Amino acid sequence: MKRQFLSGPYLVWMFLFTLIPLAIVVYYAFTDSVTGSFTLSNMASMGSYLPIFLRSVWLAVVSALICLVVGYPVAWCIAQTKPMTQRFLYMLVMLPMCISFLLRTLAWVSLLEDTGIINRLLGQIGIGPLRLVRNDGAVILGMVYNYLPYMIMPLYTVIMKIDHRLVDAAQDLGCDGGQVFLRVTLPLSVPGIVSGVTMVFVPAVSTFYISQKMGGTTSTMIGDVIESQFKTAYNPNLGAALSLVLMVLVLVCVAVMNHFTGEDESVVTI
Amino acid sequence: MKRNLSRILALVMLVSMIAAFSLLGGTSAAKEEPVTINVYNWGQYISDGTDGYIDVNAAFTEETGIQVNYITFDSNETMYTKLKTGGASYDVIFPSDYMVARLIKEGMLLPLNYDNIPNASLVLPAYRGMAHDPEDKYSVPYTWGGTGIIYNTKYVDEADVGSWDLLWNEKYKGKILMFDNPRDAFGVAEFRLGYDVNTADPQQLQACADLLMQQKPLVQDYVMDQIYDKMEHEEAWIGVYYAGDFIQMQLENENLAFCYPEEGFNLFVDAMCIPTSCQNKDAAEAYINFLCRPDVCGENLEYLGYSVPIDGATEFMDPEAAANPIAYPDDQTLARGQIYLNLPAETSQLMDSLWLKVKTSGTSKTLIIGIIGLVVVIAVCAFFIIRKNKKKAKRKSLYTK
Repeated sequence: MKRQFLSGPYLVWMFLFTLIPLAIVVYYAFTDSVTGSFTLSNMASMGSYLPIFLRSVWLAVVSALICLVVGYPVAWCIAQTKPMTQRFLYMLVMLPMCISFLLRTLAWVSLLEDTGIINRLLGQIGIGPLRLVRNDGAVILGMVYNYLPYMIMPLYTVIMKIDHRLVDAAQDLGCDGGQVFLRVTLPLSVPGIVSGVTMVFVPAVSTFYISQKMGGTTSTMIGDVIESQFKTAYNPNLGAALSLVLMVLVLVCVAVMNHFTGEDESVVTI
Repeated sequence: MKRNLSRILALVMLVSMIAAFSLLGGTSAAKEEPVTINVYNWGQYISDGTDGYIDVNAAFTEETGIQVNYITFDSNETMYTKLKTGGASYDVIFPSDYMVARLIKEGMLLPLNYDNIPNASLVLPAYRGMAHDPEDKYSVPYTWGGTGIIYNTKYVDEADVGSWDLLWNEKYKGKILMFDNPRDAFGVAEFRLGYDVNTADPQQLQACADLLMQQKPLVQDYVMDQIYDKMEHEEAWIGVYYAGDFIQMQLENENLAFCYPEEGFNLFVDAMCIPTSCQNKDAAEAYINFLCRPDVCGENLEYLGYSVPIDGATEFMDPEAAANPIAYPDDQTLARGQIYLNLPAETSQLMDSLWLKVKTSGTSKTLIIGIIGLVVVIAVCAFFIIRKNKKKAKRKSLYTK
């Protein structure tokens, strides 16, 4: 109990830079932009943004799932190598994050656009310019590319810690490779899957830069709308209401995800 | 020995730190701190020394000793929001006509002291006492120009050019760029429909929004200065932007051409103003005065391609640039130009919300797949959770037995 004061600095930080701003967001969400009086009209207008909310959540879910499918084997392979190699490979996974996220997204655009590098190469061999960018697929590509390391990191950490004796025991008891994976490795890596999916889903659902640069005119995401309210339309009240709803939505999603990591995994560990 | 060494090192560091501080104190006491002004201007809107043109900010600092902290914005609305939300303080800003009027109305500008801006007397009569600032109390014109269609002659059929209809032409689907700010975008729709560009009629604005939504499937992207890159690299073939910027783009890609549409087009004046957050008004006025000096104005605007509102400035320009028919259209063309006025607050708000509707409208196929997909994901989640809870209950009952 006495050591609790150690978390004091963070608590102060959280109060100043998380709780107070949150209170301001709530205040703005429920006040009128002109008079500043209490109103529910911002919240009432949320219905017309429902399609955009749905689209954002869907694109983020798809990206998180693709990241999982792509990232899991990578994390597993890294965890199987020698410790030295592990450190090197882990660094390689992190390497793209050393370059600015904005720059990497812009680089994708110049790769994929109609007069971009890929289309020019395709043109050389006689395939007409394909529409590779400015659609929802490109947005998902951008999100998967940018957030994949966030999936691999927690997965690797969890898979690495799986007790090898459990795998041996399962094999001794007659499991084949597939069964070992399905009954031992996969259940034990659920905490990693949950935190990985959360770490991809949360930034993906609120992104605005990727959808602006790589998306078409109809791939507007909720982050774009929020950004425009604060940046150009000068309607912080609507922006605050939108971000509040988005936050609740994200919290609900995360709560559902956390249901998968219950206490029954801990029963399996020795 | 090692310990001694670290002590010596610490001592050396301490001494050097003290020395550094005293030096710092000494210099700041001896020399007055240089004055810095924050200039908030449009992107790509000042000659910065490229291609051998004048570096305006550096020249100003050299002449006056005043440092310039130069920051850019991409639309009048962005600048307005930044001023309104406060936090930052700017000394000189460059709003367009209708925005000048809005800022005046909301008391966000300081009256200018013309004793500090003698060069303002050189402003051509046509750009004095304009509707946005009838007494010229708050603003000095920086440039003027028109809005029109930029197109690539390599891909666009000349027969299709001439009217705003080009931006709605199905033939060029996915190759059209549109303004990414409500006022200019609605302006285009208003010209095409033959409405007054300063209309406050909600029905007319709704009709404009419908027209813009109809255009949306053809539009490659809504852009501001990103248009440079896209037009120069022929990623897009048709765009709508300011004439001055076209002149810059044409230097990079000579296939580009420009047209002032027949239905009419927007004529604008971008002005220099001092916002109420100004910290150093004298220095800000010196900056405005410097930009109005004919030689600076001439060289600066020759690079920018925008048109000159200062008497005598064209003498400092390349004669060809000073006679460019796109920067200086004939009277017949100019007669089609219309100036944006400040709209009433409700109209602006309506326009903003309609614009948001335009930008967010249109359902891509993904939405329908998305809704089905989300339902599936939720169902799978629910299934697993229920199964887990059942298992748990089962296990519990086993234990209790």
